[in-house]
Amino acid sequence: MNDILKERLKDLAETLQEAGSKAAEIANAIGQTNVESSTIIGVSPFIMGLTAFVLAIFVGYYVVWKVTPALHSPLMSVTNAISSVIIIGALIAAGQDLSGTAKIAGFIAIVLASINIFGGFVVTRRMLEMFDGKKKGNN
Amino acid sequence: MCANSEAFLYLVASICFIMSLQGLSSAKTAKRGNLYGMVGMAIAIGTALLGSGINSYGYIIGGIVIGGVIGTFIARTIQMTALPQLVAAFHSLVGLAAVFVAYAAYQAPEAYKIGTIGSIYRSSLIEMVLGTIIGAITFTGSIVAFGKLQGLIRGKPLSFAGQHLVNAALGGAIFLMAAIFVFTESHMIFWGIVALSFVLGFMLILPIGGADMPVIVSMLNSYSGWAAAGIGFTLHNNLLIITGALVGSSGAILSYIMCKGMNRSFFNVILGGFGNDGTAGSSGQKAIEDRPVKSGSPEDAAFIMAQAQNVIIVPGYGMAVAQAQHALKEMGDQLKKMGATVKYAIHPVAGRMPGHMNVLLAEANVPYEDVFELEDINNDFANCDVAFVIGANDVTNPAAKTDPTSAIYGMPILEVEKARTVLFVKRSMASGYAGVDNELFFRPNTMMLFGDAKKVSEELSKALHNA
Repeated sequence: MNDILKERLKDLAETLQEAGSKAAEIANAIGQTNVESSTIIGVSPFIMGLTAFVLAIFVGYYVVWKVTPALHSPLMSVTNAISSVIIIGALIAAGQDLSGTAKIAGFIAIVLASINIFGGFVVTRRMLEMFDGKKKGNN
Repeated sequence: MCANSEAFLYLVASICFIMSLQGLSSAKTAKRGNLYGMVGMAIAIGTALLGSGINSYGYIIGGIVIGGVIGTFIARTIQMTALPQLVAAFHSLVGLAAVFVAYAAYQAPEAYKIGTIGSIYRSSLIEMVLGTIIGAITFTGSIVAFGKLQGLIRGKPLSFAGQHLVNAALGGAIFLMAAIFVFTESHMIFWGIVALSFVLGFMLILPIGGADMPVIVSMLNSYSGWAAAGIGFTLHNNLLIITGALVGSSGAILSYIMCKGMNRSFFNVILGGFGNDGTAGSSGQKAIEDRPVKSGSPEDAAFIMAQAQNVIIVPGYGMAVAQAQHALKEMGDQLKKMGATVKYAIHPVAGRMPGHMNVLLAEANVPYEDVFELEDINNDFANCDVAFVIGANDVTNPAAKTDPTSAIYGMPILEVEKARTVLFVKRSMASGYAGVDNELFFRPNTMMLFGDAKKVSEELSKALHNA
């Protein structure tokens, strides 16, 4: 099991490295042409974001395949909770002296995302406690 | 706080989220995983509050308190059988929140450092409009899924001629408007995109039937991730991008697993439900009535079960509807007391969301070790005395293996037909979701137990107790 895991991690590391150098190449190419929003190192924020995005998909792929099928429901509710991290986009709008509409839109988004964050984590914990409870009850 | 330390803390939060998913690889570490998720979220929110020039906290605190109270209340009081619709409802909120964040960024680009009103960076506009579209589709799609799971909308597939054409036209119109928006930043176009995306989300999910909901709920889970990633690109925030990608790939993998459990391609599910070919349905049901079935009372069943050494219980959506999990567990315990080995067999698409049956059995305190996935238990049916099927149908239908013309041909099934006796708890003789007759009902070693799953289980344990 461990060996398979190591093997996979090694593969992953190699893939990541490849992806990294590819991304750097593309970044160089685009960084030279994209003037409107480039940073000091000449890489556009989009490419930096894309790099993180692609790598995170790989990480997600490997991590999620390892989740045991019995816990697929908690997986859904916890991913649901963490995807509400978009709340930080809403905080920027609601927390500054802005025009009315942006602030109100930010406020509504905060309410919606908070329902999700609290609801998602709490319901996940409730589920996981049940999985726990049955062990205690029977051993 | 300087931008670098902000970015660093966001990285820490991203790692927490990865650890959170990692924790779910086993039941032992799962609770710790959930904790990691909460810590990550706290770090993320804290970092955002300390940075980025936030100077008024009234709206923020108000919003979090309101949302937190509502969310916590719902999550604490919801019944476990209602979990699939709760998750669907939560997905809809992420989608809508994404739309509002995109709108806020559109209205106050300076605050997000993506340009000024009227001249927002083109790349940011593209990202913004993508996040908006995905978010809006997720919103209405999840609402329809919620309605179907809650029973507010007919669970049967609703379809009309030319439906795919209409959807394609809608998609084309949205794409066109998005292109115009990127060049004009027009208000009207923005809301037009939102409105059409709402309609599209509605239309996409409406034709999909209730039993395909495991795929749809996972797919919407995935969409909510992609929406978050889209917003992350707009805001140049790596945490949002990483989290969105994690959630997006997680949902996509779950959809894949669910599709495989039904031996259907993802597109086959998306493009319409079972039983649309017109061959199944009412005509099929008529044929059933002509054939004899053996049905028995709970006492008859108890008599058979009392002699059994090995019993495998196969729960399905019917168990969830009848809330029979506790009664079922009691029956299982009674059998164990009488010396039988009791196992539970779970089909990947049993219920209405991935892992639905596992949660319900866990709620009823069924030991983790007694619950098996399809591939781990399928060989055991040949050695088992009684297969007790409660609220499941299509996932046990041998036609999936033997009849190439069947709608469910090729779907992996739980091979209950190999058991010495099959007890089928069912409300009526109606065919399953796929509209396919289950030939098991007519076999000589099958006994039908008609009635509500909970009532039958209760009566069975009573009868077993008296035996």
